[in-house]
Amino acid sequence: MSLNALVECFVEALGVDEKIVVDDLEYNSIAQWDSVAHMTLIAALEERFDIMLDTDDIIDMSSVAKAKVILKKYEVTV
Amino acid sequence: MLLQDKVAIVTGATRGIGLTIATQLCKQGALVFINGRDEIKVAEVVDKLTNEGFLAESFVCDVADADSVKNAFRLFLKKSKKLDVLVNNAGILDDALIGMVTKKQIENTFTVNTFSVLYMSQYASRIMSRNKSGSIVNIASIIGTNGNRGQAVYGGSKAAVIGITKSLAKELAATGIRVNAVAPGFIDTDMARSITEDVFAERVSSVAMKRIGTPEEIAGTVTYLSSYLSEYVTGQVIGVDGGMLI
Repeated sequence: MSLNALVECFVEALGVDEKIVVDDLEYNSIAQWDSVAHMTLIAALEERFDIMLDTDDIIDMSSVAKAKVILKKYEVTV
Repeated sequence: MLLQDKVAIVTGATRGIGLTIATQLCKQGALVFINGRDEIKVAEVVDKLTNEGFLAESFVCDVADADSVKNAFRLFLKKSKKLDVLVNNAGILDDALIGMVTKKQIENTFTVNTFSVLYMSQYASRIMSRNKSGSIVNIASIIGTNGNRGQAVYGGSKAAVIGITKSLAKELAATGIRVNAVAPGFIDTDMARSITEDVFAERVSSVAMKRIGTPEEIAGTVTYLSSYLSEYVTGQVIGVDGGMLI
């Protein structure tokens, strides 16, 4: 459930196909995941999982895999 | 009403211009979160507004402390899932000639007047971006635009607020968030009434309209910038100073 929700956040925020939302996908590795899209992604994750991310975690969220690790800190299981 | 169903946060809202702004936003139908450091004073203002039939909630934190701001926004999200308006009003004035300014005065002034605007805007803009709309109104000062003798620190801190306003306006426009500033001139507050009669008269004489401004006149411009009436206005600094020359 949460994994699907996570992928949906990436798809909506970055405007990409869900097939490319895999652990290895990294920030700035594709044109769609730039700094502006990153903040859109953060807003989407916060709204979907009802959390408020720390600034350090926003900066550290450098890949899909890292996003999963960070979300676990906020008791979101993906 | 201009702000029906809107949710606003006003910092430094337990007294003075902040309280007047909060009250005026309430009168326009907004649910207003009252910010202050003192939980009891915030509760008193919330109770007063609620008893008058307005919608008000507390937002207790020290806006100069990033962790305190973060915790306040976490609590805010338990009460409201959206934010339409942020008014960064909290500020301090601690004047001294440049040779007599202490490091502590400099740090305190910039932390409260400037850093707080960044801390608050960071969290507020993330919540506002969910709805692709919002208005941030920063209270600057005529000292920030024109400068004044003995006010290098205060003027610098308020000039920085103007720089923040213009930069954020450009950055956040794509997410539908407008950012503007109000630059008050000589306004009738406890601080203005605490100066000597001679200085008071001198200040009034420098105002083209030959009178002191009221907190309500600041709140009126803030209300305009908070509402749909200004929906194509961003990155602006509006002087509310009666044509003051400084």
